[in-house]
Amino acid sequence: MSQQPILSVRDLNVKFNLRGKVLHAIRGISLDVFEGESIAIVGESGSGKSVFTKTFMGLLDANGYIESGQIIYDGKDLTTLKKEKDWTQIRGKQIAMVMQDPMTSLNPLKTIGAQISEAIEMHQGLKGDALYQATIDILNDVGITEPTRRYRQYPHEFSGGMRQRVVIAIAVACRPRILICDEPTTALDVTIQAQILGLLKELKTKFDLTTIYITHDLGVVANVADRIAVMYAGDIVELGTCEEVFYDPRHPYTWALLSSLPQLGSKGEDLYSIKGTPPNLFQEVVGDAFAPRNPQALKIDFVKRPPYFEVTETHKVRSWLLDPRAPKVEPPEHIKKLRKQGGLA
Amino acid sequence: MAEKKVFGEKLIELKDVSVTFGGRKNKFTAVDKVNFDIYKGETFGLVGESGSGKTTIGRAILRIHPTSNGSILFHGQKINGEISKELDRQVIDKIQMIFQDPMASLNERAKVDYIISEGLYNKKVKMSEVERKDKVAKALSDVGLLPEFANRFPHEFSGGQRQRIGIARALIMEPEFIVADEPISALDVSIRAQVLNLLSELQKKRGLTYLFVAHDLSVMRFIADRIAVIHKGKIVELAETEKLFANPLHPYTKALLSAIPLPDPIAEKKKKLIVYDPTLHRYHESPPKWVEIEPEHYILANDSEIEEYRKDLEHGQLERI
Repeated sequence: MSQQPILSVRDLNVKFNLRGKVLHAIRGISLDVFEGESIAIVGESGSGKSVFTKTFMGLLDANGYIESGQIIYDGKDLTTLKKEKDWTQIRGKQIAMVMQDPMTSLNPLKTIGAQISEAIEMHQGLKGDALYQATIDILNDVGITEPTRRYRQYPHEFSGGMRQRVVIAIAVACRPRILICDEPTTALDVTIQAQILGLLKELKTKFDLTTIYITHDLGVVANVADRIAVMYAGDIVELGTCEEVFYDPRHPYTWALLSSLPQLGSKGEDLYSIKGTPPNLFQEVVGDAFAPRNPQALKIDFVKRPPYFEVTETHKVRSWLLDPRAPKVEPPEHIKKLRKQGGLA
Repeated sequence: MAEKKVFGEKLIELKDVSVTFGGRKNKFTAVDKVNFDIYKGETFGLVGESGSGKTTIGRAILRIHPTSNGSILFHGQKINGEISKELDRQVIDKIQMIFQDPMASLNERAKVDYIISEGLYNKKVKMSEVERKDKVAKALSDVGLLPEFANRFPHEFSGGQRQRIGIARALIMEPEFIVADEPISALDVSIRAQVLNLLSELQKKRGLTYLFVAHDLSVMRFIADRIAVIHKGKIVELAETEKLFANPLHPYTKALLSAIPLPDPIAEKKKKLIVYDPTLHRYHESPPKWVEIEPEHYILANDSEIEEYRKDLEHGQLERI
């Protein structure tokens, strides 16, 4: 992993206009994505993880806008791009996306081959036999057997896992530098999920991709992510390497997310569940957004937004608990178990 | 570790049940001669990939899909095929279902009040408006929602809340048996925990019996007392949850277990994924049978495989000593 950021987000604020009210979806995020790494953005629905990555591709809904901040890619600030024509230079070519649901992201009226070659033709300008060959090659790359027969088939003839492979083929067909995978496996079975994650890992090395995973399930990313960013209420609350976040999490929200995994629960006991609901982002959040749901919240959590505290050079946490003046709060039992697994006990 | 529950009475019995779709030309057997019993008060888990027929079994018990072979018994009474109107009524009352996707399973144009009491309306029992409202309010508070929510529409709720409404709708009929078809796969991890806890709490309070259908074994381990693994319409292995996790015998069960994502980067990177290849069985030479390989541990295997699995079992037991 090189330490050269390929994409650098600075103090990004995204808002939406909804029926006259303003929703503050992304509240001042800064994040560097390094070339060749694989980073996972984890959070509940509504935490803003999809909106955040959509800004990289200019795919915000019409009522959404970037209020302030910069997204630097290749020396250019993507937030200044206004015209659709400028975006097409980035979208697909430089940054591509794998959508969540393979059942709805393909065109049911066109053959698989036509849909993949459409992307290749548009971005690489290939025609005729060369185009056909490139399409067959990419089908091979994503592990679809009998590509010549499959080329002529329609999406309904493919299973869910196979369709997701086709969606991935379309995304990597234009040789992007960054691949964003938005919940690539939530609609799939466990066995297929493992296969698709394996495929994405394989393609990452093969095409030198930088991958950004978006997911709500921390259990899924242990195998694929180099770094993990935990998002809550439009903000990154914890950022660290995969090992740091799993074995030594520091933010109470990360503790809660990990504790609620059924893999860690034991039968007959209640599974840990986060009380309450995420904050209403129509109102400006005061203090730590997670405080109302955090049983161990400090007084200051309700008053002042915590800054980032550095645990290590790579591990940043936005929580007052890490302030030297804060009382010592023990992480829950499940987290201690995880620390032991990581040899950190 | 929870103390082991002891189950006596059989609530549901499936004997050689098959479900087929399509006519003569393109007949498709979705469920192929399935046998299992569900005891009163337990949570019975049914695990398999999409298309394995797990949902079809649940629906066959609810009489949504007609069976083509075998019998389904409820309290010892046959409930599949042609039955009397009276019994049909009873089955509808006593067996309820919770659906997978709370975003799709609630009527968008109806208020929560109507959605929850639709079963009561269909039952056509005489009930005053006050009585009905009381029941709805109680069902809502049972699932942890406020009774005032009755006057709202489904779009005003989050995914977790909607699934609670779906559960309330099943509970108001005062069922004994609930088929929960992937009730948490469409939900966020944090909401999943809430719904799972709610389901086990309701089971404790009301002595409910669940058939829990899912594709994810990690969730199953948490909630199910016994697990049946189904592949292409056939149940390949059935055992108590901990037994199945400790001694998986069938290669398909092993493959499913190996695919569970672990929240542990070191273990996850070492993990080997087992891929199940159905051609490894030599079933055309000697067809498989449904056998009890150790007490309460059933498996689908032919003679040579039984031998092999027995060895595996002994080996596993030795290792643990």
